[in-house]
Amino acid sequence: MPKFMLLLHERAGEGSDLSPEEIQGIIQKYRDWSQQMGEAGRLVGGDKLTDDTGKVLRPGGGGVSVTDGPYAETKEVIGGYFQIEASDYAEAVEISKTCPHLAFGGNIEIRQVDEV
Amino acid sequence: MKTPRSSAGVDVLVDHLFRQQAGRMVAVLTRTLGPENLDLVEDVVQESLTRALRHWPFRGVPDDPAAWLYRVARNRALDVLRRRARFPDAPIEVLDLLEARLAKASDTVFASEIADDELRLIFTCCHPAVQAEARVALTLKTVCGFGVREIAQAFLVGEATIAQRLVRAKRRLRDRRIGYNVPAPDELPERLRSVLDVIYLLFNKGYAATGGDVLVQADICKAAIRLAELVAAHPVTGGPAAHALAALLQFHVARLPTRLDDAGELLLLEDQDRGQWDRRAISAGFVHLRQAGQGDDVSDFHLQAGIAACHAAAQDFAATDWSTILGYYDRLVDRNPSPVLALNRAVAVAMLDGPAAGLDALAGLDAHPALARYYLLPATRAEFLRRLDRDGHAEAAWRAALDRDPPSPVRRFIERRLGVSGGA
Repeated sequence: MPKFMLLLHERAGEGSDLSPEEIQGIIQKYRDWSQQMGEAGRLVGGDKLTDDTGKVLRPGGGGVSVTDGPYAETKEVIGGYFQIEASDYAEAVEISKTCPHLAFGGNIEIRQVDEV
Repeated sequence: MKTPRSSAGVDVLVDHLFRQQAGRMVAVLTRTLGPENLDLVEDVVQESLTRALRHWPFRGVPDDPAAWLYRVARNRALDVLRRRARFPDAPIEVLDLLEARLAKASDTVFASEIADDELRLIFTCCHPAVQAEARVALTLKTVCGFGVREIAQAFLVGEATIAQRLVRAKRRLRDRRIGYNVPAPDELPERLRSVLDVIYLLFNKGYAATGGDVLVQADICKAAIRLAELVAAHPVTGGPAAHALAALLQFHVARLPTRLDDAGELLLLEDQDRGQWDRRAISAGFVHLRQAGQGDDVSDFHLQAGIAACHAAAQDFAATDWSTILGYYDRLVDRNPSPVLALNRAVAVAMLDGPAAGLDALAGLDAHPALARYYLLPATRAEFLRRLDRDGHAEAAWRAALDRDPPSPVRRFIERRLGVSGGA
């Protein structure tokens, strides 16, 4: 079955005014979702990325330029990613719609793994 | 890449773990950093929780969530200390000392040490030097791990008001250089009284049928009980008054699940399903009541716990020992000028000697300025009149109660009564 990367975008500093109970409630929702997806055989894995904007390398001028990016201006970072299995983009979109990340205001970017 | 551990079905987060750990981490870290740095401690703890929020969805919940949270908070505190050390006026030797102590504190602090720190934090938050109206909010926030929004909901005031109270309270802790100790014997009685009063008020905030968030309110009741148990269990603070308070709260919380019907409407004591009362809480109450009886000290909490015990012990409403209850109220009223107590006493009089006697006991309370806007005075009178079949007068009294702007569950209760007594 085709694999898809779900890149979870979030805004830096999020959650600073949530109460401990609210934070736990959100974690619980993600956990329930991962468990559901795992049991349905959809979830391949996932990982947390460091809380920075990453680096972008560009060739040019006889060398390579390294900049922060690509989201430095908007303070948006990719918090982490999940990899799931779905039959096509349409189904991957439907699965992603159930991810609690959206309910908490984050964006999800979906990319299909090209396995040809 | 990691498969989230939770997908393997490992279970996971105990209810209210974050709230409880927040309080404990603040308690432990404040011992090292001092109450004057409470803001810093709270920031560090909040960062630890939000870091869990960013990691755990992907990595799964760690094997020992509490240790993970504490380790992150401690490391963050160390970072802050190191950064502060670069300021020229920072007393380096003090920072070194603090840093050494923080680093040494093991990940698994003994349970009794945590309890001691929590107790210190309670005494600090309830210090008489802190503004009276801020003590409850500060305790809820700092010791019990509630958020400003949750506290504001329970208090039915704006978030800004609560936030402002907290800021002022913490400034007071700094300005007065309030220490971080279970008080010495000479100041223990006064400090302990303040602590018990705060726990009692805190419980009442959760118990009152204000129409606020029912779940948050029940949580506040449970938090108050945890504090009362903590104070009662400690050899220095666990005197008769602390046990009496713990007994009182346990008896009350036992009835919490039956105070509302399935539709969320208010149920009076006589209409509650006593089979649903929490037997474990009631037994805990009686254990505390026995311990409260050791010594000569009889506090108001003793008398109130005695009343609550009568209700808890009665098989059904008809079996209630109103004579004993009235005896306790008589002593309470003797000791306190509070007109609210006199109003409650009138209910016991009515149950023992009939509603007409209850009406007589209410006479004179109207003149009391403290009750001028208190809806329970006309509502109590209305109930007595209803039982005397004086429907017209009862209706007028119910309406007077509505004019005093009762909380919404009470308002709906009165409106149902008005329907019953032929009004509205």
